[in-house]
Amino acid sequence: MTEEFTISIFSENRIGLLNRITIIFTRRKLNIESLTVSESAIHGIHKFTIVVNSTEDKIKAVTKQIEKLVEVLKAYYYRNEDIVHEEIALYKVPTEALMNSNKIEELVRKHNARILEVTPTYTVIEKTGHQAETNALFKALNEFKVLQFTRSGRIAITKDNVEFLSNFIKEREKHKESLNLN
Amino acid sequence: MFMTKEKSQTDILTEAKNITGSEAIIYSLLNEGVDILFGYPGGAIMPVYDALYDHHDKIKHILTRHEQGAIHAAQGYARISGKTGVVIATSGPGATNLMTGIADAMIDSTPIVCITGQVTSPLLGSDAFQETDVVGISMPITKWNYQITQAEEIPEAFAKAFYIAHSGRPGPVLLDITKDAQFAKFNFKYKKCRHLRSYIPEPKIEESKIEEAAKIINEAKKPLVIFGQGILIGKAEKDLKEFIEKGNIPAAWTILGLSALPSNHPLNVGMLGMHGNYAPYIKTNECDVLIAIGMRFDDRVTSDLKTYAKQAKIIHLDIDPAEIDKNVKTTVAVLGDVKETLPILTKKIKSNNHDSWINEFKEAYKIEYEKVIKPALYPESGGITMPEVIRRLNEITKEEAILVTDVGQHQMMATRYFRFKHTRSIVTSGGLGTMGFGLPASIGAKIASPKRDVVLIVGDGGLQMTIQELGTINQSQIGVKIVLMNNNYLGMVRQWQELFFDKRYAQTYLVNPDFVKIAEGYNIPGLKVTKREELDEAIKKMFSTPGAFLLDIAVEKEGNVFPMVPAGASISDIMLSKEK
Repeated sequence: MTEEFTISIFSENRIGLLNRITIIFTRRKLNIESLTVSESAIHGIHKFTIVVNSTEDKIKAVTKQIEKLVEVLKAYYYRNEDIVHEEIALYKVPTEALMNSNKIEELVRKHNARILEVTPTYTVIEKTGHQAETNALFKALNEFKVLQFTRSGRIAITKDNVEFLSNFIKEREKHKESLNLN
Repeated sequence: MFMTKEKSQTDILTEAKNITGSEAIIYSLLNEGVDILFGYPGGAIMPVYDALYDHHDKIKHILTRHEQGAIHAAQGYARISGKTGVVIATSGPGATNLMTGIADAMIDSTPIVCITGQVTSPLLGSDAFQETDVVGISMPITKWNYQITQAEEIPEAFAKAFYIAHSGRPGPVLLDITKDAQFAKFNFKYKKCRHLRSYIPEPKIEESKIEEAAKIINEAKKPLVIFGQGILIGKAEKDLKEFIEKGNIPAAWTILGLSALPSNHPLNVGMLGMHGNYAPYIKTNECDVLIAIGMRFDDRVTSDLKTYAKQAKIIHLDIDPAEIDKNVKTTVAVLGDVKETLPILTKKIKSNNHDSWINEFKEAYKIEYEKVIKPALYPESGGITMPEVIRRLNEITKEEAILVTDVGQHQMMATRYFRFKHTRSIVTSGGLGTMGFGLPASIGAKIASPKRDVVLIVGDGGLQMTIQELGTINQSQIGVKIVLMNNNYLGMVRQWQELFFDKRYAQTYLVNPDFVKIAEGYNIPGLKVTKREELDEAIKKMFSTPGAFLLDIAVEKEGNVFPMVPAGASISDIMLSKEK
């Protein structure tokens, strides 16, 4: 059965690694729905968050192939209920629409969005939330003709009580010391 | 100016001040114990060749006739020696010519380090002369790759490359080095790599899993071991023997596991795969416990997964976590180097007796012997068969030789019928099925083991894919015995056309040159054999002639390899003949 999965990858910060990771998906004809990369809480370690629709068997195999990459420290996959996830969306609407109706203010309040910039010609609104929520605001705002709409990839935090990555790094440090290098 | 390390490494520089990147590459190779390179020079790698010129007493270079030849030779060398094969090529076409060999080494887990030259770093991305994105191209087929643009990166990158190529499940690694990094001077300091934070070559062994596996094995009535190259890579031949002997368990092998268990071992029940032996085929679907050791359930072994060993509990011992449950769902997975896990497992299993089960294999063998093996090995009429040539090779070499094959019918015949006394005695392209692999791979195999006879069994199609390497054999005086199974066809494809495409022989007939004359042009003596009566003497002549030799044997034109499991069928649908 196809479901939505989020794969979290922790890696060294190396040129080309993104390519190595995406090849693992493309080779199996899996489409990446969303992808976010940035430095993690641990300096020097980068985090990839990838959203893919597939079966658990396939996702499990793909996650193992990703973790097998030399510069990947750890890769995990999650169902939506295992994580807290968020996306950010930006909407550009004509300021004229804002001036001529109080509907937009109502929408901003109702959707918990905020206004980032107002110029005589356009206004930029920001909203964070799940895809369905940012989509809902888009639909509502589009009554006033949204000029531009953009949405980020997903970021996610696990609901686990154990911080697997920091334990992993500690273990690897111990292993290094046991080798008595230098 | 130079400092040397104490003790055993006195002649190898670990530190040197103000040397060029190219010299640093040579010293890095020396620090890794490399004494042979396979390669082909060109513009962007010239500084390295220039540095090599001063060190030819320590590092021998084999000049091939094509970069593909260089990498296949390095693969042959790696597979026989157990060391990492090293290849050098220039940028652009030199590097792209390596790709088939890299893909082959990746799928067959062969440790290879490829060094490619690259245009100077300011020209990167400008479509410069002989510039290709080699790192990009080789990404899906390398275990790791890296582009060096500064000389200072050389020692660390090389140390990492050798560590990654050789550790855990081995594989090919590529280092792409811009020409300016080869010229630049810096202070060299070499330190071998033994640890990378993000890379765990050998997963932690879980004793509880071994315990579970042992329990299942001890309760088994009909256990079957299937093993692969993991045994050879882990140097666990003795451990495998002790395991199957204590448990009294029949053992079958994948094409890459060949020679890890002597051919005459009473528990050796033969080959797995599309053209494997009858007994392990049918017994795979009758056993109650299937113990897979250092193998990856390739589709040529399993055929249709939906009908593969469904009745059996499956125990899988492998070093690569990504192989577990990839194709076949396991009951118990034992992660780790089989060199370590097998002895623990052996300790935990009971001595057992499965003689009546083993007898079933012998009965199945008898059927295969009467229907397939006997007529193949001892034909009474018709043209020369490939198996009878192999039988005579076995008898004359006393099963002491190293076998190298190309890909196709002759490969299946060779792996089915060639017999082995010693481990690490076969080089063949298993996963990728690379035609043209054999001739260059045999060069590397002979260099790795100069005292043993190296017999290349090759078809007339595959030989012509890399025939230019006869030039390498001539120049470097490589004493390979080339046995050409010549049927004027791309035999395996023709066999499929005969069986599954109504005998429509589309583009499989070959008009061949006079191979003995071609060999003669390269100063390689040869003989043509067309009659059965001539075969014996010709083989003897080949072995008594010093150096390389080419034996062109006209074999039965439309001979077929049986048994056969048609692609995608169930292993129970094995065909023993055209009529099934």
